[in-house]
Amino acid sequence: MIKIPKVLVLRTAGTNCNEETAFAFSYFGAVVDQVHINELVSGQKNLKDYHILALPGGFSYGDDIASGRILANELRLKLGADLQTFMADGKLILGICNGFQILVKAGILPGLGSNEGTGLPAGRQGLPAGRQEATLFHNDSAKFEARWVNLSVAQHTPCVWTKNMDTQIYLPVAHGEGKFIPKDSVILDTLKKQGQIVFHYCTSNGMVPSYPDNPNGSTEHIAGICDPTGRVLGLMPHPERHFLNHQHPFWTRLDKKDKLGEGARIFENGINYVKDHL
Amino acid sequence: MIWRVEIKQKSGLLDSAGQAVLKDIADLGIKTVSKVCVVAVYLLEGNVSREEAKRICEELLVDSIVEEYAFTLSASKQSQDHHIIEIAYNPGVMDPVEASTIKGIRDLGVLGIEAVRTAKQYHLYGVLGEKDIEQITSRVLMNKLIQHAIKSQAQSIPTTLMLAAAPKTKFDVVVVELLKATDKDLIRLSSQGQLYLNLNEMKAIQAHFKKEGRNPTDIELETVAQTWSEHCNHKTFRGIIRYREGKKGKAKIIRSLFKTTIAKVTYDLKKKWCVSVFHDNAGVIAFDKDFHVCFKVETHNHPSALEPFGGANTGLGGVIRDTLGTGLAAKPLANTDVFCFAPPTTPEGDIPTGALHPKRVMKGVVSGVRDYGNKMGIPTVNGAILFDPHFIGNPLVFCGNVGLIPVGKEKKKVQKGDLIVAVGGKTGRDGIHGATFSSGELTSESETVSSGAVQIGNPIEEKKVLDALLKARDKNLYTALTDCGAGGFSSAVGEMGLETGARVDLDKAPLKYQGLNYTEIWISESQERMVLSVSPSKIDELLQLFAVENVEAVVLGEFTGSGRLQLYFQGHQVCDLDMHFLHDGLPKITKEALYLAPTLKADKLFNEKDLTNDLCDALSHFNVASKESVIRVYDHEVQGTSVIKPLVGIHTDGPSDAAVISPRLGFKRGVAISNGINIRFGMIDPLWMAASCIDEAIRQIIAVGGTLDRIALLDNFCWGNPDKEDRLGSLVRCAQGCYQAAKAFGTPFISGKDSLYNEYAHKGKSLAIPGTILISAIGIVEDTSKVVTMDLKKPGNSIYAVGSTFDELGGSIYLANKDQLGQNVPVVRYKTAMKTYQAIEKAVKSGLITSMHDISEGGIAVALAEMAFAGALGVTAMTKDVPYQGKRRREDVILFSESNSRFLVEVDPRREKAFKATLKGVAHAKVGIVEATPELIVYGLKDQVIMNSNIFDLKTIWQAPLK
Repeated sequence: MIKIPKVLVLRTAGTNCNEETAFAFSYFGAVVDQVHINELVSGQKNLKDYHILALPGGFSYGDDIASGRILANELRLKLGADLQTFMADGKLILGICNGFQILVKAGILPGLGSNEGTGLPAGRQGLPAGRQEATLFHNDSAKFEARWVNLSVAQHTPCVWTKNMDTQIYLPVAHGEGKFIPKDSVILDTLKKQGQIVFHYCTSNGMVPSYPDNPNGSTEHIAGICDPTGRVLGLMPHPERHFLNHQHPFWTRLDKKDKLGEGARIFENGINYVKDHL
Repeated sequence: MIWRVEIKQKSGLLDSAGQAVLKDIADLGIKTVSKVCVVAVYLLEGNVSREEAKRICEELLVDSIVEEYAFTLSASKQSQDHHIIEIAYNPGVMDPVEASTIKGIRDLGVLGIEAVRTAKQYHLYGVLGEKDIEQITSRVLMNKLIQHAIKSQAQSIPTTLMLAAAPKTKFDVVVVELLKATDKDLIRLSSQGQLYLNLNEMKAIQAHFKKEGRNPTDIELETVAQTWSEHCNHKTFRGIIRYREGKKGKAKIIRSLFKTTIAKVTYDLKKKWCVSVFHDNAGVIAFDKDFHVCFKVETHNHPSALEPFGGANTGLGGVIRDTLGTGLAAKPLANTDVFCFAPPTTPEGDIPTGALHPKRVMKGVVSGVRDYGNKMGIPTVNGAILFDPHFIGNPLVFCGNVGLIPVGKEKKKVQKGDLIVAVGGKTGRDGIHGATFSSGELTSESETVSSGAVQIGNPIEEKKVLDALLKARDKNLYTALTDCGAGGFSSAVGEMGLETGARVDLDKAPLKYQGLNYTEIWISESQERMVLSVSPSKIDELLQLFAVENVEAVVLGEFTGSGRLQLYFQGHQVCDLDMHFLHDGLPKITKEALYLAPTLKADKLFNEKDLTNDLCDALSHFNVASKESVIRVYDHEVQGTSVIKPLVGIHTDGPSDAAVISPRLGFKRGVAISNGINIRFGMIDPLWMAASCIDEAIRQIIAVGGTLDRIALLDNFCWGNPDKEDRLGSLVRCAQGCYQAAKAFGTPFISGKDSLYNEYAHKGKSLAIPGTILISAIGIVEDTSKVVTMDLKKPGNSIYAVGSTFDELGGSIYLANKDQLGQNVPVVRYKTAMKTYQAIEKAVKSGLITSMHDISEGGIAVALAEMAFAGALGVTAMTKDVPYQGKRRREDVILFSESNSRFLVEVDPRREKAFKATLKGVAHAKVGIVEATPELIVYGLKDQVIMNSNIFDLKTIWQAPLK
């Protein structure tokens, strides 16, 4: 029997990249439901019926207080147990832009499990720690930045979402709070050691960037990270906005015959992983 | 009790917000501030314990990685080395983060929370005098219409955050003495009540109530004033005009300017693909077999003059609701925004009392659009910013939205017996008198008198409404809907209930705070509200659906079938108006219009040997200069639909012509969106301004690969006081230009808007804006894989000029830079233009064009430079080869004239023959070659070099002014 991967794209007030994220997964044959968080909390819909949880971009609750904060708390407080089970079952989570902010602020990424002194049960690797180990903060420019960036893709990483990707890809960012700041150097070193830093901003020829190639002033130019299992990925740039070739800002100059853009592989990898492993 | 929390950034981190404020202070000319730190303040009221307050901070308000907090009893004390200024919202002004913060606190299980207010504290380091602090506070940190600086201990922690509820007294229906009123009384009633009705209109109301045999209530009078306002009724465009051209010209009676110009084009043309024109919130045209697209552009000038952020914010929010309220609701696809400001370099001393500096207006307007558009998840794909000193007291802010609506959902009809359901935001005192306020001139007192008309939007509320609404639409849960815009419930219910009549219980409207009287509830313009008509059999399912999406939905009343508008408050009837009188009782008045062609001086040209400096001046003119700094704060790619973005080329910084989106992901069919606007042409002749703007909007769509016979237009007139005959005269002439050009091109108008009374009374003088028309165009693109962008692609390719250039420097950027206006405004030669567009269209379809740019402000010279630096390639061009039909054969005229209907086109030599064959009968000539070396070299009529510059230098010059 061929398994049909099921993807839940989570929505709430202010979510706004759900349609294109759903399109990207469904392109590779997934069944995608766009579900309001109230439907999960009330039990009308259940996380366990899905293989992939996608947190799309947007401005959940208007980014009021801080980006992603309110939805992160809702996940942690209202769906914490379901999420733990979801991850323990070896399933996948993808957070794009606001989704990445939510994962970091809910303590799901980087997911090192350093929850000493929080009063929470000792975390297993890759499970919500209940305490932030990093944050995504206001861009150094103090502005919303909508621009295209080059990303170098880590080659030695447990990340299941980036298998067989080119070493450098081109994606757009659109955010005001994308500056990745780890809590301390121990966490940064652990991320490096475990290959959890999946995407770095770089120049068009792969060199160390400055503004605007690094659009937000992110620590060590970090653009996206995964958890230690490699199954949870969060990134500020939007792979779903370079899903089709004509979304490239100068596609009319390029001689590409491909229909798909450089972000498509991420969604394809997620779907293939479900087919192969779940 | 109230907890006061101050949150500051941990030391050692870059305070980017502080740095941004520091820059603004330096821009004011105050250079003694060395550092600014921004501190967030939250006031939390309710039954909240210390433990709970701590938890709220640590788990919700404070990001422990980068921030630290303290509970404080009052605003931080002033210290030796720095000044502290704390800015809070005025009571009654919506605090944008209050609702979600309360939700976040309740999510933590702290249910005792009742109210939240926020403030911002600015710590300024450096030596500052009282006057400096006052300047910084009023010009950088706050707008007194919505905010205040905390001055005392009592203000920093008030005893309560909740607005005092009005004492419960027995309420009385206010009856206005109208039957016995003299003419003088009537005029006084109109002005004191901010009704903005003239004597004739007041007398018509008086006569009606004489027939009814009673005096009106206050709410009845208000309802009539709202419905009859210029804003809602378009009296000028629909009334009678006696028009003369020249003092001795023969008078011509125009029964309805709208019906004889704008609407006439559409009805004359009878395009089958026009699905719904003029009567709905937006115009609708066919897209493909499953969907239609709709388009609407609106202005929000007066509110943006007073509170730029809020004005633009709610302007965009309002036009998005127009899309939502079109047919049975359309999905918003894209925004387009056009602004007119005074130049950012205007000296402070030239700013009239009560007006804000254009730099601040621009910053606020751009932020307002960014905030609403980005948070709604709607890409802002196209726009324009123009600068002219005339906009100093009255900026123009046009916000547009394109929507997608399923075939079959384009019509709506209220059924007798349907329930009236209000959805979305709560009702407060915001925006009282917005509709009537925009129907009068601004004065330096406007900011105090009309501050109720100023508001801030809540895009997330509207996003929730959008999400819920589209679901309800697809389940057929309602029969009709409209948005609450100007006039609030009064206009929405009045409009929907026109044929049936309506009964409304005003106390059922959810309120932001207690104490509103019945009239305030009825005419409030609180944002993010829509009204639906719902069959009683569907009401439960509808309310349930909105509840899941956390959107408030409340039954207010019923569409009755009585033909009357009946309003109740606390069980008492407060209004009983005849719908027929309300909508058709407005007396037609005749307005006088006189058009006098201005007396203009001929241009005075110089004989310069080198025009490189003139090219640089044109590129750095604010109108031409790169708008990248604005474009990059707008999310222009959300929804993933963009095909041609606002910035194109190898470094993604070239200015594209029309925007192209493909609304259905994975499909090839697209929509092109463009705008045409030119103020200086209108100063010479409003007729040719209109025709040129139509040509420009169409030409941009043709330039990206659109199809001429699938282009629809919108008009937006912004004019001065139409009660003055000269203003109205030029308005009539402009409308005539619209008719002439749109008819000739076969491009129907599908919707439009007018904003009149754009005048600014200052020191006894009335400063009018130059009559301005914005033409927005929408075109269907059959195959988005064939679209063309403007950046040069390959060295060795040929560059063609298509369309003749004429001696038409009038109104050009070239003359503007020489402080001249000129006389020879570009005209449009319709037959030639049509031929050109059809030929270009064919060439695009056959894949013969490698890149193309429309020639507009700055003429051939600017277009050539833009194509070159966008492609990072050089050009060599020959002026003498340009198809030219003027008498004065001069390089400056040929290179900088802004004649209409022209393009520069890059063609691969292998396709040149086919290209030339396709353009047979259309003026075209090879004028240059794309070069690998990054130089722009232009030869003059005698083959001498007249322009020579590195293209990257040109780009830097073009990017610098608005960086």
